Amino acid sequence: MPRPNFTPAVRSGLSIAAAVGIYGVSFGALGVASGLSIAQTCALSLLMFTGGSQFAFVGVIAGGGTGLSALTAATLLGLRNGVYGMQLEALLRPSRLMAPVCAQFTIDESMANATAQEASDEQRRGFWTAGIGVFVTWNIFTLVGALAGNAMGDPARWGLDGAACAAFLGLLWPRLQGRDPIAIAVVCVVATILFTPFTAPGLPIIFAAVVAAVVWAVQQRRATA
Amino acid sequence: MNLWLWVLLAAAATYALKLAGYLLPKSLLDRPWVPSLAAALTVGLLASLVVSNTVAKGQGLVFDSRLLGLAAAVVALKFKAPYIVVVIVGGVATAAGRWAGLP
Repeated sequence: MPRPNFTPAVRSGLSIAAAVGIYGVSFGALGVASGLSIAQTCALSLLMFTGGSQFAFVGVIAGGGTGLSALTAATLLGLRNGVYGMQLEALLRPSRLMAPVCAQFTIDESMANATAQEASDEQRRGFWTAGIGVFVTWNIFTLVGALAGNAMGDPARWGLDGAACAAFLGLLWPRLQGRDPIAIAVVCVVATILFTPFTAPGLPIIFAAVVAAVVWAVQQRRATA
Repeated sequence: MNLWLWVLLAAAATYALKLAGYLLPKSLLDRPWVPSLAAALTVGLLASLVVSNTVAKGQGLVFDSRLLGLAAAVVALKFKAPYIVVVIVGGVATAAGRWAGLP
């Protein structure tokens, strides 16, 4: 009987899966608090399977935004997965049949765990253990959170709306390294506050993305000047 | 039912982006602006989502216990708390504010 081979990539993949999956509870609870059904919340974790976009989708719905605004915010936040896909394609060299499978498991964590390894075998193991591991825990705990959120009743009484703010801040925090991302964040915060009274819910987030692109373009020009 | 349609369309759109990464020509990666712009959009969107979830109520700006939750989350992050702890702290602080009679 072959013994399981717990290489460093496999071990770190499994510990990422344990840690990250658990916050699927918060996504599940916030999903039903936003007005999605338990099944819709779970469908996002199964099919969309990219935390930032999922939180964005329910965040826009919770604020009273339209389905189209929610889709746009989720899609824009998912752009980085396309970049990961390009990098992972070069790293893992999947066959034509496997590329669509790899794509579903392409998330922040599988990308990070693959690129943290040196040998190509380990990169492959790192990608799959983190990708499949997080998929399993994320979906189980989404269901747990959705059931718990559903049983809680009034989400505001339990501070679930405040938990959502914390959830987005927790996703943003590690990306605020250096002056440029901090400048983008600050400008987008101000822009969102200014847009909110004048536009339908959900739209300020889309406008903020446009503002982020403009600030980025200015920063690029300054860097090359 | 309408919301189901948007859930499925959004899932299809985000999957298409992931897959596009595997199918697009590699030469795109040689252009450093691609990952750089994606990172900038991610930061801008998340910052906007933090604010809109904290102070927006429909089209109005409301300052309520959610601000306590956000402040508590900042403290938790400063202490390098794990993600799930940050989320729980934010929720507990907001609930505590409401329990104490704040909006």
